[in-house]
Amino acid sequence: MPTSYSDTYFPVLVQIVIAVIVAAALVAISFLLGKHVKNRVKDSPYESGIAPTGSARERFSVKFYLVAIVFILFDIEAVFLYPWAVVYRELKLFGFGEMLVFVILILVGFFYVWKKGALDWSHEAPGDSPYGDPDAAPQSSVTKNAA
Amino acid sequence: MTALIFLIFACIAVFCGISLVVQTHPIASALSLIGVMGSLAILYLQLGGEFIAMAQIIVYAGAIMVLFVFVIMLLNAGAETPTFQASTFVKYLGIVLLVAFLGLISFIIQAALPKTEGVVFGGFQGTAADVGRKLFTSYLLPFEVTSVLILIALVGAIVLARKEI
Amino acid sequence: MVKLITKEGLIPSHVNKLFYLMAPFVAVALGLISIAVIPFGPEITIGPVTTWMQLTDLRIGILFVIAVSSVGVYGVALGGWASNNKYSLLGGLRSSAQMISYELPLALAVAAPLLLANTLSFRDMVNYQSGYWLGFIPRWNLIPEIIAFIVFMIAGFAETNRVPFDLPEAENELVAGFHTEYSSMNFAAFFMAEYSNMVTVTAVATLLFLGGWQPPFPAPYSDVVPILVFALAGLIAVYHGLHPARRMDKFTLPATGLVFLGIAAIFGLSLFVPVLKTILMALFWFCGKILILLFVFIWVRATLPRFRYDQLMRFAWIFLFPLAMLNLLATSLIVALTTK
Repeated sequence: MPTSYSDTYFPVLVQIVIAVIVAAALVAISFLLGKHVKNRVKDSPYESGIAPTGSARERFSVKFYLVAIVFILFDIEAVFLYPWAVVYRELKLFGFGEMLVFVILILVGFFYVWKKGALDWSHEAPGDSPYGDPDAAPQSSVTKNAA
Repeated sequence: MTALIFLIFACIAVFCGISLVVQTHPIASALSLIGVMGSLAILYLQLGGEFIAMAQIIVYAGAIMVLFVFVIMLLNAGAETPTFQASTFVKYLGIVLLVAFLGLISFIIQAALPKTEGVVFGGFQGTAADVGRKLFTSYLLPFEVTSVLILIALVGAIVLARKEI
Repeated sequence: MVKLITKEGLIPSHVNKLFYLMAPFVAVALGLISIAVIPFGPEITIGPVTTWMQLTDLRIGILFVIAVSSVGVYGVALGGWASNNKYSLLGGLRSSAQMISYELPLALAVAAPLLLANTLSFRDMVNYQSGYWLGFIPRWNLIPEIIAFIVFMIAGFAETNRVPFDLPEAENELVAGFHTEYSSMNFAAFFMAEYSNMVTVTAVATLLFLGGWQPPFPAPYSDVVPILVFALAGLIAVYHGLHPARRMDKFTLPATGLVFLGIAAIFGLSLFVPVLKTILMALFWFCGKILILLFVFIWVRATLPRFRYDQLMRFAWIFLFPLAMLNLLATSLIVALTTK
């Protein structure tokens, strides 16, 4: 049983080293053992058998970028929750009040983001998809209840 | 043992830092930055700041750097082309001058600041419970202000991106 | 697996070689690291030595797992980007956006049992869940935190890119997603990473919500269960071996049956050796719970169709995230009111 602080982390370090070696070995083995035959067609990007058109280095929707920003902000909020949860039984109702203020402010931001449509990935309104979209109706009603 | 681990990860941090600046490819630079974050987290761990170390990885390496990588991928930033070619002599002179400058700075800092106790590895109380106790009693106001800050950042992000949605 | 090693490891010339090779490496390495902090059983004493059935128990073990999984995005994002293929890039981006979106409900769902147990160490978390209400209902976090458990499992499915959240590799839209351009062992590496992540997710779910290695019934009854299970499995296998449907079964099934009967016998013997009993019982219940959850993973894969991408993101942000948040607040209010 580990006694000192650094002792508890030593196995983690060992595990990291093992994981790195295993992963490197996996990548290296196929590199060394596999045969290497190249030709131009095999080499080209896979596009369902049709000759590749255009480059993959194109710009993509700003949505991805927006999701990442919103994620960072909520992630910071989530990280604050852990020390709070761990000392919660010492804080009791006082702690609940503190976190309530914090969470309400964050949720205001969440609703703003939601209403501005930053979380909507389809440009059409939910429900008018050409395939009928059976999930949309019950899902949105549940959402309203939960919110 | 602890000193050895410290040296190893401090070297990794510095090496990644240099690679961050030197690399011409933006993705390589971003990955170097992740390396810096990771080794810094291990240095925090050695100090005893367990919670801070994990928060460093979760928030910096796991969230902020994802945004960086996304932006690089989305904007399709290619390898940068060097804007001017310095001669070999100037390059080496630069390295020498940089080392001299760093030496000078560290000397001045050592001379100017009062002598302190050495850092004790693992001596710092930084478990999640310790952080929580401090954060939710002594530093309550900064904590609540953080939520306002996050709110402002959310609104800011949406306003800036609004044209694109 | 072995077959894939010797396959041609094609590195297409249009890729960024370094990052192309780095992506499966990162994925596998991160998948293996988390195991270090997963405990398998209680404290055991053999003679003078007291040890834990675990590599190490960190005071912040739960955060450690979350931190490792939060870095896991890079394997996918890098793989998709480095391949320099439209499908790969779009698959990689979708996959990483999905992973970060579901990481939030996951993090919030984990926080709820923390509120009850007030610890970040897996071992303390399991010890908190020992004992029984009214003598027979296990004190697992599953019962007060059923919502958090469901959110955790759904987000876990999404984090590991399993069906119905495997949009990034939707074959009919994106060929094979971020690993379209991968072959040989590099391709297998991504799958190994996916499966090791599945094991990690189920292990964490077991530890946080299902009481880890604690049996679901009080001690004298729960000790008999493994013997019965293995003996029954052994007998069934032997029976089918005696009435073989295919020729091969004549040898394989009785052999398997005998192995199972042997295991049952070992469990039976262990009742008289306290140390062995502690180890075997803990392993049996812990692995059993993990296997049941893994079975759910496979089962869901065979059952559910795939989400559409916009539904997927809406579901994470507009349903799971507020649900986990409200559950957390409700839990905290109840805990605050019941704590003296």
